[in-house]
Amino acid sequence: MVPLSWYLGLSALLFTIGAVGVFIKRNAITIFLSIELMLNAVNLTFVSLSGFFGDVGGQLFVFIVMTVAAAEAAVGLAIIISIFRNRESLNVDEVDTLKL
Amino acid sequence: MGQEKVLFIVFAVIAIASALNILLQRNPLYSALSLIGTLLALSALYVTLRAEFIAAVQIVVYAGAIMVLFIFVIMLLNVPKDQPQVEKQKGLRYLAIPFAGLMIAEMFYVLRPIRLSTLPPVPSGNAEQAVGTTWSIGTSLFTDYLLPFEVTSVLILMAVVGAMVLARREGD
Amino acid sequence: MTNLLLEWVIKTIVILLILVTAVAYATLMERKVMAWIQMRVGPNRVGLGKFRLWGLMQPLADGLKMIFKEDIVPLQASHWLYIVAPALSLIPALMTFIVIPYGSQITLFDHTIELHVTRLNVGLLYVLALTSVGVYGIVLAGWSSNNKYSLMGGLRSSAQMISYELALGLSIVSVLLYTGTLDLVEIVEGQQGFHGLAWNIFHYPLLILVFIIFYIASLAETNRTPFDLPEADSELVAGYHTEYSSMKFVMFQMAEYLNLITASSISTTLFFGGWNGPFVGRLPLLGPVYFTVKVFVLIFLAMWIRYTVPRFRYDQLMRFGWKFLLPAAIVNIIISSTVILFMR
Repeated sequence: MVPLSWYLGLSALLFTIGAVGVFIKRNAITIFLSIELMLNAVNLTFVSLSGFFGDVGGQLFVFIVMTVAAAEAAVGLAIIISIFRNRESLNVDEVDTLKL
Repeated sequence: MGQEKVLFIVFAVIAIASALNILLQRNPLYSALSLIGTLLALSALYVTLRAEFIAAVQIVVYAGAIMVLFIFVIMLLNVPKDQPQVEKQKGLRYLAIPFAGLMIAEMFYVLRPIRLSTLPPVPSGNAEQAVGTTWSIGTSLFTDYLLPFEVTSVLILMAVVGAMVLARREGD
Repeated sequence: MTNLLLEWVIKTIVILLILVTAVAYATLMERKVMAWIQMRVGPNRVGLGKFRLWGLMQPLADGLKMIFKEDIVPLQASHWLYIVAPALSLIPALMTFIVIPYGSQITLFDHTIELHVTRLNVGLLYVLALTSVGVYGIVLAGWSSNNKYSLMGGLRSSAQMISYELALGLSIVSVLLYTGTLDLVEIVEGQQGFHGLAWNIFHYPLLILVFIIFYIASLAETNRTPFDLPEADSELVAGYHTEYSSMKFVMFQMAEYLNLITASSISTTLFFGGWNGPFVGRLPLLGPVYFTVKVFVLIFLAMWIRYTVPRFRYDQLMRFGWKFLLPAAIVNIIISSTVILFMR
């Protein structure tokens, strides 16, 4: 039987990897992918706690988190597309002035 | 039974390796594909936690729709490969890596006294309504948690309208 | 534990062998049906040595020809993705067949064998998940070929597939409201009765509308005419599989026919009673026979439609999927739930 601590440890590790991705990477889409990885790590925590405590609320929250992640991905990618159209570059270091 | 531990270790290794691959690849398309690998491994872990509905929904929604959207955007924008990183402060890694090791060790120390090691038994005679089945999520979603459900529908409407407005070209 | 594993392995091998043969002969069936609809005779010469055999060895000849073709990998293509994409298309197509029930139970050498490989209690969601994953093979094939036509064909094809997945899923919800379970084995077992003719489509007659929506959506999912603009020969130079040759091309074709067989099998299971039919209780081996006949009729229907109806243009296709089929599926959910409300 797999102890709960293993699931929580794995979730923490994935969250850390996602956070490192947000810090290191300069491509806007890769940063976005790291954010999705963080959301998934949190989903794993919710589902494991829900399984071990027998409460369905955890899984329902995961459902809502997935919906919110879908909405956020749609809007975020639309923003990235409009930035790319204006500046021809996805490097977040270059998007640092309010003027075009 | 060591089988469950073996399954967990296999899928955990796949998840962590794919997650590291997101950071190590320079082409964003390969990063997106690695994220899909992580999502599939996580879905398998959800099945070991008896959350089969969430596992299937994760593949349908996350790996099947959201990541397809990412891949479309990467292909349509023809995102270029990342240039190699320029490290601004050279000696920082000798400070960062020991600290990271310290924090990971601290995490293991904090997690060790958690004694929960078995999933609660499935209530006998009612296996179709156990926590994690479609029945349990459906009834909870439409009775106790109806308000979040309706609010997410408004949220998705906002996201659709927002995405259409933001991605429109001038003069359309 | 090893007994269970052995049983799974043997059932999977048997199903794989039957499927590969079925796909090969589906290509022959397609050419024969096309020929007879177009008032000519299809391939009828390939036989064994001196015996003509009415062209039944044609798939074997086609397969051998394909194996001997040169296997080209374009120079500028993303090498790894180019090779993996056909497998990504084929594997989900094969994986759906482990949850479909082919019969009830047969007794062989004192063992009771259930005629389904596994029994998932989210079986229907599993099938939907696999159709969602099947999009990746196409979009990655289009991208990795490094060819404008492939890219356009791949993007159009995958956009079409994800659009019609919505109508597919919502029509499945309508059926789910009647059956009350996502488990395919239980759905089929719930259609026993009236000497094996209590199929869902007779028991709840309004399901015929849902079946039409489901069938049209599955034709669009599997990229068959009238929705095959992204891969039609005269349109986009064969779309996403332009740059593929030899065995990789065969894998794409296999995936396409397997998807067609999957869609027909799921339609049979949900609407037409799966393996049910007269006298199945007494002769359990009649179950797979009935199942095969029903799947065959639905595949024939798909091929009939292919050679009768002209192709949709891409924007007409997307408009049809989003503006007509999706609202129709939602209206059907409302109708189904109203009917159930009045039935209980």
